[in-house]
Formats: sequence, structure tokens, C-alpha cells
Amino acid sequence: MSPPAKSSAMQRRDFLKATAAGFGTTAALALPGCATMGGGSSRKVVIVGGGYGGATAAKYVRMWSNGGIDVSLVEPNPEFISCPMSNLVIGGSRDLAFITVSYDNLPGRHGVKVVRDAATTIDTGKRTVGLAGGGVLPYDRLILSPGIEFMWDKVPGLDNADAQAKVLHAWKAGPQTVALRKQLEAMPDGGVYVLSIPVAPYRCPPGPYERACQVAWYLRRAKPRSKVLILDGNPDVTSKAALFRKAWAEEYKGIVEYRGNHVLTDVDVATKTAKFEVQDDVRADVLNVVPPQRAGAIAREAEVVTANDRWCDVDFLTFESVQVRNVHVLGDAIQVAAGMPKSGHMANQHAKVCAAAVVALLSGQPPNPSPVLNNTCYSMITDKDSIHVCSVHQWDKDKKTLLPVPGAGGVSPAMSELEGIYAFAWAKNIWADTLA
Amino acid sequence: MRLIEVVVAVLLAPVAAVAAAQAPDPNLARDLAATCASCHGTDGVSQGGTVSLAGMAKDNIVRKMQEFKSGTKPATIMHQLAKGYSDEQITLIAGWFAAQKVGK
Repeated sequence: MSPPAKSSAMQRRDFLKATAAGFGTTAALALPGCATMGGGSSRKVVIVGGGYGGATAAKYVRMWSNGGIDVSLVEPNPEFISCPMSNLVIGGSRDLAFITVSYDNLPGRHGVKVVRDAATTIDTGKRTVGLAGGGVLPYDRLILSPGIEFMWDKVPGLDNADAQAKVLHAWKAGPQTVALRKQLEAMPDGGVYVLSIPVAPYRCPPGPYERACQVAWYLRRAKPRSKVLILDGNPDVTSKAALFRKAWAEEYKGIVEYRGNHVLTDVDVATKTAKFEVQDDVRADVLNVVPPQRAGAIAREAEVVTANDRWCDVDFLTFESVQVRNVHVLGDAIQVAAGMPKSGHMANQHAKVCAAAVVALLSGQPPNPSPVLNNTCYSMITDKDSIHVCSVHQWDKDKKTLLPVPGAGGVSPAMSELEGIYAFAWAKNIWADTLA
Repeated sequence: MRLIEVVVAVLLAPVAAVAAAQAPDPNLARDLAATCASCHGTDGVSQGGTVSLAGMAKDNIVRKMQEFKSGTKPATIMHQLAKGYSDEQITLIAGWFAAQKVGK
């Protein structure tokens, strides 16, 4: 890929001014009652990816434009399957149906055009998205919420479909989630489940540690002689460290073992052996590798991957790419600001800042000059008990970025059943806020 | 552009100018309240398990948030989140939710 020409800050400001001037009169189209009068002249927003970021953006652009902006959501999967709570499916206390939500309310209640297809090409000059099925969608503004793709070249033994069907990641909820559950069910009592965690940043920092807890919860009851071995590429637990360590030392004493500084270099699929930069090889009965990650492939196609050849830098006032005009990026694919985890909750919050900005910009208004985000992340320790981490992020006008508010946020004092109840309430509410 | 759009735009222009002078961002309260919606439901209409904020009295929301902030009201998480919002932001959020219809 040849690097695209970068637009300077000056060009960008001029463009925004021009946009504001040029689109000023179309503001009338976004007014209630006038929306349907716009007919074919209404502004078009195309959203790629129907996860926590993309689906939320689709709903809120429609809501906040009073139906005045035409929104197409491109998503190949027939249903939304949540990564948050998917570790409970692997542990066996919930099934896949519990974490599956229909897309039907987006068209039914909000008038989103859900396009069941995959975006394969993006022409940022002509402002069009090409679909695998052959269709072409024009846009005034494009919102990419592409999630992650795995960097298989970092784990050469897994760089083929056959290997990936045997050594699972289950880091995108769906068939892999169910397949990992089946591997655990087939594992003999006394077996070792090995979980490899990549060096940060990766999707959902506490997710692997929650998974270790859920697998331990299952093994304790069904296969009590079995072990969970966490081999972390990071030097220490990256999120809620004290709380997870306490769970492994007390709740899952004798079942879970944690080893840091295990940077995975390769896997021998036939013998389920994990290989590391420094440490000795480890053989597993069930080997679960969460590979290193980068922004989903379509971000590369749009030439918005600007950070370390992995993530997309955005202007946090609008979530517009710093490099390509009229293209916004949400969710796990972005280069985060300080203290911002790659989480579903965060993607939902990115989407609302972006939706407000897109509606404003397409109506000739300036975006909100002081956006706020929060993060709330529960991790299930058992089938009922949970812990959380939370934070609030405010715009810093001098540093021109989002920063965590000092003194706000924090973690649970200990795991509790009450927080478990709130964790399920969180899921129910954010699924509805994103999709209903 | 069609005539009706020109007419609407011209008629609205002075209104928009006044609004812009008084409130730099008319949607600030809406945008702030949307940060609560992930857990408390879109427009503050909860799906259950968290408090519905839609239609709750403004003073009530402000008071509860201040109690969370000061630590006088026990909580699992709201005491940590409330500290992230300024008093002005809490007032805007409370006013916005108070104006929402219950059971929408």
C-alpha cells in the first residue's frame, strides 16, 4: 500500500468552514416534518460494521437527525452477537442465544437500511463503498466501525484456516465461542486449558482474565482435577489486576495459574504446543490463543490506518480520521487516547459523539466542542459474581484530546453478587441502546 | 434547492443566529445525557435493573448525583462515575432527563 497524501491541518479547517457554509441551507431538511420532503436530496451516511460502535451510530444518526439523514448499515452477519458476556457461554452458564440480538429494530423503529453484505472497497475520492455482492453505496460521510482483525503473521503456525479451526481464538463472538465450549466439554478431567494473551493493546483488556475465571468455574464443577494456565504476553495483569489475582488465589485456588512475560511466537497445532520468545514451550489439552490485533481490514482499504500500521488516529471531537476527510472511525479500531480501553461500552460512547458530530456537520453546524465519554466494564468472576472498572473522559481543550477525569472512576472493592446483577442489567440496557 | 427550502432557511436564519449567540451548542445537554444511556437506557428509559431517569424531577437527579459525588449515598459504581461530571454538566443532564417522557 502506498501512503496516501496527508491533508494538512489548514486544509482540514478550510474544508470544515466550506462544509458549514455550503450545507447551511440544508439544515431545514433535518427539521421534524421536513425530513420526508427532502426526498432524494437527503444526506447519506454509510456505516460499515454492525457491532457496538456501528449499530449505535446508525440508530443515533437517525434519531438525532429526526430521520432526515439517510443511513445504510453494512453488516454481513445476520444477527448481532455480543463479545461482552460471551465468556459465560464458554463457561457454560449461558448459551449463545443469550448474547444474540436481532438487527430488526434498526430498520423497524429507526429507518436504518441494514445491508447484509460485506464492504470490500472504499473510494474516498468519489465517496463510495463497494460491496462484495457488487453493489455500490455513495456517502456524504462514512463511519467505519470495523472492529479488529488478527495478525496471523505473528503466529505463523496459525496462518491457515485449518489451524484456526483447531486452535481457537473465540475473540469474535459466534461460531468460535461455541467451538471453544465444545473443546472444553471434550477435554478429559485432569487436562490443562492454556490461554495465550497478546501484548497490549488488544480488544477488551480484562476479557482474557474473565475468560480464565469462567473456564475455571466450569472445570471446578465438571472436571475438578483440571487446570487453567494463563500465559500473558504482558508483564502483569493489564486490568483489575488485584481483583483477578484475588479470585485466582481464593475462589479458584489450585485451579488457575498465572504467568506473565510469555510473548507468543508460534504454535504447533498438531501437539497443541505454544512457543514463546524467552520461556519454554508449553503443551496444552485445550490451547486458546488470542492473537495480536489491528484495525479491521476495511480500515486499511480506506487508508485510515495511521498509528503503528495497526490503528486509526481520529479527531476526538468528531471521530473523523486525521488523514482522510469524511471518514470517521469508531470502536476497537481507533488509536485510543490515554486511559481509554478498547471496549464495547467505549465503542457505544464513541458512536454517540460521532453521531452528534455527523448530524451537526451535515446540517452546517459545528460539532459539540466538549464531548464526554464514560466507560463501564464488568467482568464476571463466577456465574453470578462480578467486578467492575469505570472511568469518565472529558475533552481537554489545551491538549486537544480526551483525558480521564482525575479522582473519578475506579474498581470494585471486591467481587459481589450485587455487581453481578448490575452486570446483567448493563448488558440488557446497552444491547437495547445499541440495537433497539 | 427548492423554493420551500429557501423560504424555510431564510425564515429560520435569525432564530438560528440568536440561538447560536445564547447557547453555543444547543445539543450539549442531550449529548451529555447520552453518556448515561448505555446503562440507563436510550433517553433514560431503562430496560430494567437500572433506574429510569426519563421524567425524573430535575432536582431529584441533581441531589442524587451530588450525594454520589460526596459519598453520602452508598453505591457500587455511581459514586465513581458521578465524580467525572462537573456540577454544570449534572444540571444539564438532570434538566434533559426531566423533560423526557416516561414510558416512551
